Amino acid sequence: MSGAGTLLPAVLMGALMLAGLTRGVDVYDALLAGAKKGLRVCLDLLPALLALFPAIGLLRASGLPERLGALLSPVFSALGIPEETALLLLLRPLSGSGAMAAASELISRFGPDSLVGRTAAVMLGSSETTLYVAAVYFSAAGSKKSRWAIPAALFADLVCFVSSAWLCRLFWG
Amino acid sequence: MLSYALTALYLAGILAAAAGGNADAGGAVMEGAEKAVEFCLALVGPLCLWSGALELLERCGGSAVLSRALRPALGRLFPVSAADREAFSALTENVSANLLGLGNAATPAGIRAVRRMGELGAGAADELGLFVVLNTASLQLLPTTIAALRAAAGAAAPFDILPAVLASSLFSVSAGLLAAALLRRVWP
Repeated sequence: MSGAGTLLPAVLMGALMLAGLTRGVDVYDALLAGAKKGLRVCLDLLPALLALFPAIGLLRASGLPERLGALLSPVFSALGIPEETALLLLLRPLSGSGAMAAASELISRFGPDSLVGRTAAVMLGSSETTLYVAAVYFSAAGSKKSRWAIPAALFADLVCFVSSAWLCRLFWG
Repeated sequence: MLSYALTALYLAGILAAAAGGNADAGGAVMEGAEKAVEFCLALVGPLCLWSGALELLERCGGSAVLSRALRPALGRLFPVSAADREAFSALTENVSANLLGLGNAATPAGIRAVRRMGELGAGAADELGLFVVLNTASLQLLPTTIAALRAAAGAAAPFDILPAVLASSLFSVSAGLLAAALLRRVWP
């Protein structure tokens, strides 16, 4: 698994390059154009990281999470979700860069291969910025009545968070 | 909204630090800023590499191939929109770009799709809701940004979370579609 897992990115890149060449795509140019877009994403993300990392650092150093943990943990342990992901869950439907910053903080604090780090990554990877996306599409459609769509979408998010936590515990717990 | 959350985080941190008597908690703020930059720098490499791969995928026409493959399934899910050529082509383009993780292509196509669905009137209202639910769940097959985040933090195999991400996405999309199917019957 680990051998195949580490080779996967290289194999994918190679396959894409071959596919590009056979279709007459300028492979080098595409890679450069994509990298530029990637830089843009990093540039957009950095301010969010700079806003959130210090705030989380302050909160952790204050010792409040340990005391609050006793309050939160019954709910989170009933759902089977690590309570460290509370901030990520709160931000996920609202802000893409905010959620990415919160997940990055968990991944770098606990380590990418820790259970919390993996859970944060899976939660982030299997959900979207629900409220933002819904707002964009409903306003583009000129529709003021979103009716059941947002409750259904938020229910899907809840299922996503719970299943992410359970799957991670199952695979790596 | 985020302004309130951030201010609340700071105030809670300051109050708890003062109450607990650990004034050096303030040092954590500067340290956090340093860590943020370090993390972002580590992210640049993997993220740019994957963005390049995705750009290549887009230029190879990956989206168009997938669109054709998806037409029958999406036609059943969106019968009213499927009857309208413009709405359906934008819709399939959006879903296939989402599956491939091509956010730059997915959003404009999605906006074209919902505009047209809005013009189709009340008959397409339920399908508009369904389309939004589908878009608020993650359809992406390869979580490249997440893999880049994990690579930046030094993961042994950044993509080894793939099975969990796919399974979780599948559960979440199914839950969204199921909730939509139930709610649209009872919601006025």
